Amino acid sequence: MITKTIRDQYPVLSRKVNGYRLVYLDSAATALKPQAAIDAERAYYEHYTANVHRSVHTLGEEATGAYEGARDRVRSFLNARERDEIVFTHGATEGLNLVAHGYGGTHLAPGDEIVLTPAEHHSNLVPWQQVAARTGARLRFVELDADGSVGLDAVRAVLSSRTRIVAMFHASNVLGTVNPIAEIAREAHRVGAVMVVDGAQSVPHMPVDVAALDADFLAFSGHKLGGPTGVGVLYGKRELLAETAPLYFGGEMIEQVEREHSTFKEPPERFEGGTPHIAGAIGLGAALSFLSEVGMERIYDHDRELAALAYNRLSQVDGVDIYGPDHARTSLIAFNLKGVHPHDVAQVLDARGIAVRAGHHCCQPLMNWLDVGSTVRASFYLYNEPDDIDALVEGLEHTVRFFHGS
Amino acid sequence: MDLDELYREVILDHNQNPRRRGRLADPSASQGLFNPTCGDRITVDLQVRDEKVTDAAFDGHGCSISTASASMLMDSIVGRPVAEARQTARGFIDFITGKSEEPPPGDWNSLAGVRRFASRVKCATLAHNALLQALSEVEAGRTHPNDAS
Repeated sequence: MITKTIRDQYPVLSRKVNGYRLVYLDSAATALKPQAAIDAERAYYEHYTANVHRSVHTLGEEATGAYEGARDRVRSFLNARERDEIVFTHGATEGLNLVAHGYGGTHLAPGDEIVLTPAEHHSNLVPWQQVAARTGARLRFVELDADGSVGLDAVRAVLSSRTRIVAMFHASNVLGTVNPIAEIAREAHRVGAVMVVDGAQSVPHMPVDVAALDADFLAFSGHKLGGPTGVGVLYGKRELLAETAPLYFGGEMIEQVEREHSTFKEPPERFEGGTPHIAGAIGLGAALSFLSEVGMERIYDHDRELAALAYNRLSQVDGVDIYGPDHARTSLIAFNLKGVHPHDVAQVLDARGIAVRAGHHCCQPLMNWLDVGSTVRASFYLYNEPDDIDALVEGLEHTVRFFHGS
Repeated sequence: MDLDELYREVILDHNQNPRRRGRLADPSASQGLFNPTCGDRITVDLQVRDEKVTDAAFDGHGCSISTASASMLMDSIVGRPVAEARQTARGFIDFITGKSEEPPPGDWNSLAGVRRFASRVKCATLAHNALLQALSEVEAGRTHPNDAS
């Protein structure tokens, strides 16, 4: 389990909410920020503000060094082969759009198939709908198992020689399941398809090794692991990034510009048109360093232990329905309280300083599959402790009393 | 934050025992609305005769705030002239969104607590927005039931 010294690194945890200590159980939406990431971002604004790549002066050299240093950190964090395989984006959404439009949009033809699951976050569904409509490709959905898991046989059942792209979440933001991406990638490659991984919920919570997974593309957001908002990463294999068209055209990404046409830089600069989120990338790099110091294996174990504890405790609360499998889940748990709408649950918990999420979690097709409009979701990270789950359980018992009387 | 300020007795009561919940057999107009932030849906059915709301019902699923608000709205418009129903809906939306300080006549002050919770304003006004659209439908003489539930 995680020690108090780690909690001390997160300044927000020292505040009170409605007179109670903050119990932050919404890290799957955005994670709290460690002091190291806040300091790194601020240092860029206080000490070496400059644009990257073009400024010859001292500040420019320092800024470029820090920005490219952050790229190196991401490379080693993901175990990518080359630093040029790391593209800074606005977040997972932009990363997935870049693959969908920049790669899918230039490689898909009528009759080609894109394989997804019904449990994708809208960010890994809507871009593919758009690209399918433009290219004439078709979406195919893997049938979920009864408990919401994605089974390998179900994946095999929809793969065919027409499959060009398999785009799938690594860890679910609702069910807490982890997809066997290495095996799914092997199946995808067997039929000649490209494996695109939505790593938004996995990269913050478990060791993710793109080489071991043999993922072709993997996108994640910085803010879900303690970095700033507005910055994220797309990893892509060098040869595939080379075939990917940029989303944005303009400064920084060009090589030579003439009146009528232009040539573009190699990846990753080709995809980072305009002045990038320099401070954000630096903050993201610092957040990754912080996580590495704690140890991703340790964080993985910690988050899973809390999720398992939450599962056991919530199962014993009258009227709680838990969604997803009863076995190993990652860092979160989605549930409903009978007779109380998730919004009302979240509101009553907030009055006790407990922050949870209520809604469809950007997964409307999954909500339809579960046959609910919305759920409550509690999500955990390295700064959470068993006390937080005690507070959640007490809060839920209070919620039941509030709406149904004792 | 005082929860009792948001969840007044009247609201809890309407949520537990919603009035006029269900569907009308042959509505003059029907309007479904979806709240994309939380996935809630509501359908408002209206029976209008001689510029008067003769019957009304709502259905769907929503939180206590949206359910209570819809229940109160249905109760307050039946037997009222169309113009008055519209005024009630507009007046309430203006009150909850802070455009006016006075709630429309009726029990609407019991939802005043919502004004402090930006995230709940959409819940409180979902039925009112559905009603306004349904009334426009009646006015335009169109009767295409649009069922979002």
